[in-house]
Amino acid sequence: MKYVDEYRDRVLAAALAERIRATVTRPWTIMELCGGQTHAIVRFGLDELLPAELTLVHGPGCPVCVTPVALIEQAIVLASLPHVIFCSFGDMLRVPGLRGDLFGVKATGGDVRIIYSPLDALALARANPDREVVCFAVGFETTAPAWAMAVKQAKALGLTNFSLLVAHVLVPPAMEAILSSPHNRVQGFLAAGHVCTVMGYEEYEDLARRYRVPIVVTGFEPIDILEGVAMLVRQLEDGRSVVENQYTRSVRREGNLDAQAVVGEVFEHAPRTWRGIGEIPRSGLQIRPAYADFDATVRFRDVLAQSGSVGEEDPECQSGLVLQGLLKPPDCPAFATRCMPERPLGAPMVSSEGACAAYYRYRRDAGQGVKEARGARQT
Amino acid sequence: MTIQDDPLRTATVSFGGIAKEVSLALVPEATVGDYVIVHVGFAISKLDEEAARRTLELIAELNGRGVRGKRQEARDKGEGK
Repeated sequence: MKYVDEYRDRVLAAALAERIRATVTRPWTIMELCGGQTHAIVRFGLDELLPAELTLVHGPGCPVCVTPVALIEQAIVLASLPHVIFCSFGDMLRVPGLRGDLFGVKATGGDVRIIYSPLDALALARANPDREVVCFAVGFETTAPAWAMAVKQAKALGLTNFSLLVAHVLVPPAMEAILSSPHNRVQGFLAAGHVCTVMGYEEYEDLARRYRVPIVVTGFEPIDILEGVAMLVRQLEDGRSVVENQYTRSVRREGNLDAQAVVGEVFEHAPRTWRGIGEIPRSGLQIRPAYADFDATVRFRDVLAQSGSVGEEDPECQSGLVLQGLLKPPDCPAFATRCMPERPLGAPMVSSEGACAAYYRYRRDAGQGVKEARGARQT
Repeated sequence: MTIQDDPLRTATVSFGGIAKEVSLALVPEATVGDYVIVHVGFAISKLDEEAARRTLELIAELNGRGVRGKRQEARDKGEGK
């Protein structure tokens, strides 16, 4: 595909890796923020092209992974209602709640539909006026405009059977939580190209200044990621900490103003609990009072209050450490033994952007080798 | 790409040959023939083709002759298979 294949060129990748090797003089730890980047790094073995001084750690950029168990419990309650058609992106269905997952609801007769776009859910609402269509709105800033457009369109069409259970999260507050933690070891960030396509990167300039941390807005193909790493390493070696944009073919500094306007019209900032990390102020989105008819937590307030949907994560799951870049999936004692995609302890093992899923899919057999290689590096 | 006249600016976009319906409501500047970046059924940006070319050219240039040499080598190996 045009503008994809060129960015997977082996020769260019090798040349970029060589440039990174020539630049690095000291150890650095850098974090990629997007789960899509995590998967590209593990799938294409980009970390193995990099010099031993560089440690790539995987960040919290998987919206499914950071959705707290309490919200998954709410989803299960709503999806189990007989008159509800419950819509979700596919990878949310296997994420364990307290009493099973959404696949379990589907298996016992709940009407759970996998959608690819909020527009699919809107079409279902139009086609089924006698049913309630409830959507699990999960995502980062990239996905929020699509949900906001769907809500606006539902209002314009006069639909009264369409609502969202919103689990939307924002990247900069999570970066700040990582940077202000006493355990932080991240020295530079690859920011997520598509989040910044929507939001721009002015917010990141403030973070870079206050925490003296370099940030490079980076795309998702191997060449993008290697160039992002090269730009970040150059800054680290030079002692600079500014925001640079590698993904110029999609990202402008101010972002997509039309998309930001529609998000601001439908949603407002709210505190949000992140799985494994805890509550972060102003780190999530909720529906504004003007659109309360489309808010599932308002629409189904009584049902949700009765169910008392609260939940704790499985104590054996170390996803909190994984999502903060403090633990690599193969180093988790449960990885590929007690935690597998068919029987996950936590969401990162089943989400399409989850770090544990990436290692399980592409590195399971090499798991022991990865550990040995890392042990050897440290000596 | 074709564009309909509806509130969502529904368009048919080809993904490497596979045609899908996509809303162009968030990229009013996109027109027929443009490349767009699509996320969950909505285009979120019109791809800047000039910037896309510049990125690749810059990387290739920085690596100078070595890259072209290696590229030739890779091609030779490819033909050998």
